[in-house]
Amino acid sequence: MKYIDPHIHMVSRTTDDYQRMAQSGCIAVTEPAFWAGFDRSSAQGFYDYFRQLTDYEPRRASQFGIQHFTWLCINPKEADDPGFAREVLSLIPEFLDNHNVLGIGEIGLNKNTRNELIILEEQIALAEKHNQMVLVHTPHLEDKLKGTRIIMDALAASGIDPGRILIDHVEEHTVAEVLNRGFWAGMTLYPDTKVTPQRAVDIIEMYGSERIWTNSAGDWGCSDPLAVPKARLEMKRRGHGDELVDRVTLHNPRTFLSQSGRFDVEV
Amino acid sequence: MSAETSHSCPMMRAEVIDTYFMEHRARIIDIAAFLDRVERAGTSDDAEDFREVSFRQALGILSDGKPQRAARILSLLSDQTTEMAQSAEGMKGASGAPMPPATGGNA
Repeated sequence: MKYIDPHIHMVSRTTDDYQRMAQSGCIAVTEPAFWAGFDRSSAQGFYDYFRQLTDYEPRRASQFGIQHFTWLCINPKEADDPGFAREVLSLIPEFLDNHNVLGIGEIGLNKNTRNELIILEEQIALAEKHNQMVLVHTPHLEDKLKGTRIIMDALAASGIDPGRILIDHVEEHTVAEVLNRGFWAGMTLYPDTKVTPQRAVDIIEMYGSERIWTNSAGDWGCSDPLAVPKARLEMKRRGHGDELVDRVTLHNPRTFLSQSGRFDVEV
Repeated sequence: MSAETSHSCPMMRAEVIDTYFMEHRARIIDIAAFLDRVERAGTSDDAEDFREVSFRQALGILSDGKPQRAARILSLLSDQTTEMAQSAEGMKGASGAPMPPATGGNA
């Protein structure tokens, strides 16, 4: 069995996580830039982070036969200070030609503020200017529904084809709107605050398997880098066939990500 | 294009119950114990916490016999306002239920 984890923060994981993922069938990961659990004090901190994502992390993954790709941005949690955020944004273009960069992400909103929205719109414009795909973070808990709608409106106002945008962390109350507006949808399997493998399979059963994927978003918090294979197991436990299991966890991610010519993963 | 809901679980109803009953039996007892714990705990005032209010409303959805319970509970626990604050300065992290305006909510 093979699978792709299209959203995981490997900089926060140990090397034996790569080993366990490879043993479980992982052949590729994509790693969006995100909040490290603390606010960085300078744009230089992001510069070093972007170097880690584009240089060091692909080499660490390759030791286990896993292809590593990335998305660059300033995450919404650190984007509430527009001046600081613009300093970080000015660093991104020099990294966009790197061999493992797929696009801009994970951009979005955190507390649904006007400052966050200003920087979101500037990052959407950056993606459009450089013809980049987009990976979107939606807010957590009580802020998700409102934030998801604001983000989709901002994206719709751009000229980017919604088929080149994935909106992540969807749940039962947001998935239909995301799909109906033509975007791809990501389900994050994360203890406590997002969806469980069981709920993810429920969503596939209710809303179908078109333009949807699962990911672990494994990071420094309580998270599970083997969440995707656990969702595969849950699908099989219910009697779903290999064709559906592979579509959601392998072929759908590959179809979306291959819109970037750099995603050269053979299955 | 439209994402419509369907009923495509390959399991029969009895199989779903066989597979998941014990896990969710434990969870509903956890909820019962949580509510008992809240009631046993001391309080500094008579005002009910907004999260407790939302939680009890969510319990009503569980037993109303209508479909889409997960989506409806998630919507109940969502900020339904459309106003946006200028900055996140001073805002606390997510609380899991929408704060009423009088307690610092966004509305």
